[in-house]
Amino acid sequence: MAWINGIGIISPQRTVESKEFLPEVMEYTADFLKCIEPGYRSYIDPIQSRRMSRLIKMGIASAKISLADAGCRSEAETQPWRDAIPDAIITGTGLGSVEDTEKIISEITVEERFLNPTPFIQSTYNTISSQVAIQLKCHNYNSTYVHRTFSFESGLIDGLMQIEEGTARNILAGAIDEMTLNHLHITRRIGQWKMQPTHNLSVLDSGTPGALAGEGAAFFTLGSEKQASTYAELTDVATCINLDGSYRHENFLPVFLKRNGLEINDIDIVILGLNGDSNHDPHYRSFAALFFPETAQAWYKHLCGEYHTATGFGLYVAANILKRQVYPEILHLNNVKPANLNNILIYNHFRNINHSFLLLKSMEI
Amino acid sequence: MARRIFITGYGIISCLGDNMEENLASMLQSRAGTRRLRHIDSFLRDEVLVGEVHHTYGELFALAGIEPAEGFSRNALLGIIAAREAYGHARMREHPELLTGLISATTVGGMDRCELYYTDFLSNDTRNIYIDSYDCADSTEKIAKLLGIKDFVTTISTACSSAANSILLGARMIRSGKLDRVLAGGCESLTKFHLNGFNALKILDKAPCKPFDRNRAGLNLGEGAAYLALESEESLNITGITPICELAGWGNACEAFHQTASSPDGIGAYLAMKQALDMSGLQPDSIDYINAHGTGTDNNDLSEGRAIEKLFGNRIPAVSSTKPFTGHTTSAAGSTEAILSILCLQHKVIWPNLNFSEQMEELSFSPVCELMTNARVNAVMSNSFGFGGNDTSLIFKQVNK
Repeated sequence: MAWINGIGIISPQRTVESKEFLPEVMEYTADFLKCIEPGYRSYIDPIQSRRMSRLIKMGIASAKISLADAGCRSEAETQPWRDAIPDAIITGTGLGSVEDTEKIISEITVEERFLNPTPFIQSTYNTISSQVAIQLKCHNYNSTYVHRTFSFESGLIDGLMQIEEGTARNILAGAIDEMTLNHLHITRRIGQWKMQPTHNLSVLDSGTPGALAGEGAAFFTLGSEKQASTYAELTDVATCINLDGSYRHENFLPVFLKRNGLEINDIDIVILGLNGDSNHDPHYRSFAALFFPETAQAWYKHLCGEYHTATGFGLYVAANILKRQVYPEILHLNNVKPANLNNILIYNHFRNINHSFLLLKSMEI
Repeated sequence: MARRIFITGYGIISCLGDNMEENLASMLQSRAGTRRLRHIDSFLRDEVLVGEVHHTYGELFALAGIEPAEGFSRNALLGIIAAREAYGHARMREHPELLTGLISATTVGGMDRCELYYTDFLSNDTRNIYIDSYDCADSTEKIAKLLGIKDFVTTISTACSSAANSILLGARMIRSGKLDRVLAGGCESLTKFHLNGFNALKILDKAPCKPFDRNRAGLNLGEGAAYLALESEESLNITGITPICELAGWGNACEAFHQTASSPDGIGAYLAMKQALDMSGLQPDSIDYINAHGTGTDNNDLSEGRAIEKLFGNRIPAVSSTKPFTGHTTSAAGSTEAILSILCLQHKVIWPNLNFSEQMEELSFSPVCELMTNARVNAVMSNSFGFGGNDTSLIFKQVNK
């Protein structure tokens, strides 16, 4: 386990500019939900940021916001980030810099000879983790996970292990992916997305295949010690792969909860990864019906869209519910009112192959 | 006392050969596998020297033991070939009750097919089956599915140190008790994409690369896949396997200097090697051989050389880079070179640094130039450094009887 001590998140919601928790919900009718980006001047030297692609800027800014939120940053810009050096920087990204990668492919498909090296430099998946390290002058452990919807979860598993091993006290763990029009166009061919602009808040009523696409950049400062800024305890994270169809929730979930001293009934809210895809949402419904019929059920992908590291937004939601002890209506999937806000389970799946679970507990218990 | 991690098998495909025997034979003959590019249509075809696996895409299906099918990238096929060999070598099919994971690494992923079909992706539905095989997870999931590995599966990408970080994570997951056995490594196929990327960075040597040479002029790219089987001591008691060697230490550090250049003093390299050494409990002079990252670029070899000097002082072990043999297999380099280092422990040899002629002015040492046989090799260090300053170092040692 680790304490979530700071969060920095850039998303299609107003998560940067407001200290409130989902103060006004952004409504879109769009092909995909695009991040509301902050002005980067307060986070990145403008001379440096001119050459950086959008994904990298979002990564650096969300990492710095997270550290500041955790109080790891001295307020005076003359001594920036002096106390901010995390013991590890770990990023999860399903697709890395799609924009830079597309630039290179498009260019070499026509003419190889005059390739500009900058997009290539930025196209490697580890660019975000390493650019954050460069900004913080952090020589510590640095890694990047790139396994579809396991990317962020793998990074969290790595980070939790370091806290448990005692080799780290503060870890920066990120979840970041971007969407581009070309990528949307290509992946629509394989049924991944809605074929037309879709209203985000009513995506569950669409009844059509494909999810509403989104994107986001979130960094979490995880610590071994609880502090004033702490949101919640990140108790455990697990990934389960189902390549041969033999995986069963019944065999896994009770064991997972039990190893954390909990039973199904102890879960106050289950947060589901429902995304409006009529092919894949039924799996969430049957999961909830099987284990959590009487439990408060929540969802969040109408706010951020679907992407490989969308559970980063889910974790932001869960951490805020536990810290503020509020359960905003926009998240409600059923009418059950939780008696307590102590334990939250986030469940996500991708094509019934990549299943993941994040378990959080409130600070009070 | 922390759990010990043992190596119980490995598998490798590179331009030196399709399996461990062929790779070993080529190394013992000091025979490089690099040649002119054949399997990719690029203007660089007649210009660059590469460590290309000597088979066409179509031929790889038979080596992988699968029927030709749509949706496979060259990268996934290379991965399957090496992973299957390691899995068999370590008899991982036995004892399915043991918790077994696959941690793979790649950076260009399925780009080899993607760059061929990108125009189709944009304009028609004929190549849709390859859209999913573009990302980094695809090759990993194809390997896991074929081998039936399901207790933990993930993919790492830290550029050229990726596969070393797979091994490091595998070791940590065993040490923490989350897994009993891990198949860890990486795969990377050559693509027009990264050949051109490295070319644009002006770090490709058109001639055979000369790591640590005063007149070095860049790297030769390569491709391949390599996986190691890691197992805990408790697990060995169940499987009864005699381990090949022990993974005694590992270190991961970051240069935090520049996206593609290493720092002049090699701070990341130094920290990674130091951590690995400290963890192993070995004295610096117990390291008999360093398989250097040694790409042959101006920048890497200077930075790595200085870091080695800083850590080992005036008692520098035998050092060589095996990249002139294999080419720089990028995300597969960490596990490829881990296996080549382990072969040194097993066969009491130290690999030569081919093509070396003149010592670098800035360094106090030269690499080993001739194959050393009957050498004292009880502990070896394998370095892997990547873009973004992602530096990882691993130490393997003989199992103490």
